[in-house]
Amino acid sequence: MTLIDLANPTRFLALTARLLPWLAAATVILLAIGLYQSASAPDDYQQGATVKIMFIHVPNAWLAMFVWGVMSIASLGTLVWRHPLADVAAKAAAPIGAAFTFLALLTGSLWGRPMWGTYWEWDARLTSVLILFLMYLGLMALWRAVDDPSRAARAAAVLTLVGAINLPIIKFSVDWWNTLHQPASVMRMGGSALDKSFLIPLLVMAIAFTLLFVTLHLAAMRNEILRRRVRSLQMMQASQKAA
Amino acid sequence: MTALSALVRRDIRIALRVGGGALIGVLFFLTVVVLMPFAVGPDLALLSRLGPAILWLGALLASLLTLDRLFMADHEDGSLDLITMSRTPLELACAAKALAHWLAAGLPLIVATPVLGLLLNLDMVATGAVALTLLAGTPALTFTGMIGAALAVTLHRGGLLMAVLVLPLSIPVLIFGVAASQAVIVGPMTFGAPFSILCALSLVSLVIGPFAAAASLRHGLD
Repeated sequence: MTLIDLANPTRFLALTARLLPWLAAATVILLAIGLYQSASAPDDYQQGATVKIMFIHVPNAWLAMFVWGVMSIASLGTLVWRHPLADVAAKAAAPIGAAFTFLALLTGSLWGRPMWGTYWEWDARLTSVLILFLMYLGLMALWRAVDDPSRAARAAAVLTLVGAINLPIIKFSVDWWNTLHQPASVMRMGGSALDKSFLIPLLVMAIAFTLLFVTLHLAAMRNEILRRRVRSLQMMQASQKAA
Repeated sequence: MTALSALVRRDIRIALRVGGGALIGVLFFLTVVVLMPFAVGPDLALLSRLGPAILWLGALLASLLTLDRLFMADHEDGSLDLITMSRTPLELACAAKALAHWLAAGLPLIVATPVLGLLLNLDMVATGAVALTLLAGTPALTFTGMIGAALAVTLHRGGLLMAVLVLPLSIPVLIFGVAASQAVIVGPMTFGAPFSILCALSLVSLVIGPFAAAASLRHGLD
């Protein structure tokens, strides 16, 4: 089993050291292709050039949710299988997920200014992404609040899984709340009838951003492993000095 | 069963005696509601429109702030270790503790609601609706907040961090609680639909809360 083999941090470090340059190269190439295609895509007849924000916005929003899924699987790994690298994966993913969520909110609000005439609208989708962002920040605060990483890992794992169950409920309630308050301003964008000239760049960008996440995540996991090694070396040194 | 009922009785007794602090929640609730007119002005029409929202926010904060010490006191005097080691499943013990907490700290909030509704210019029907939604919704707040309390005791951290973690999870309860109350006061929706979803949320948290709290206690205490 490869997953069991990876339980050894040294083997994980060796494997990712070989893998990371290739992943980074693939990310750069796909991002270049995707950005070129996005830039050369035609303007929308209603939205004009602002439609190009979509090529950045949609992959960010998709990764905002995808990263929480990755963290949930990693949390199961921590609680159920006690995989030694699972909590490293969960911890490394949280700031990256928060960054993607923030970028989704930021690009969305930049698009909303010319299109809706306002940076922020209490629209159902915007609101639930904002709550997702708050939950990422809470999780990061939890990681930072405790100095013992394994103790923080189990608490964060419980919270991540509770969040994974609660996120669909929150999404559904916010939809309800919004239709209750302002039924008129429901905004539909593109829909399923997306033209091919928009769809292909969007898919390329989605794959490129996913690869970007995988690359960043593996690099962050390596850093976290090294950081923990430094920490245990420092603690050993301190206890030797004391003795 | 006798062990669980003993646990419930013990927790209620501790909460109601000197040093328990269950009734401080009601006092906090009263204070928050009294503060509101100073913030929005003494306009009775405006207050009666905001009434359900104010009452729900006050109850939400009051029930979360009192939850902070749900496991902490037991951890300090060692009885939490006994509960963890006993033959009763930890999930059931957690559920019993949350039930006791709701009876001691949640129910008084609902009893106080009619008096506070008077201060906010709510009529009889509206006050009844808010009290009924609080009765259906506060168990969900207690049982989700219990997860935060369990994390607080394993991490030796409480207060703001736990509020930040738990408050986003209570958004659905707030939405449907206020929606059901508003449905009675202004319409046009029916009271039944949001109210049944509120009950469903309480039932779901009744299942998730004890398991998540027990998991974090079991993994976190050592």
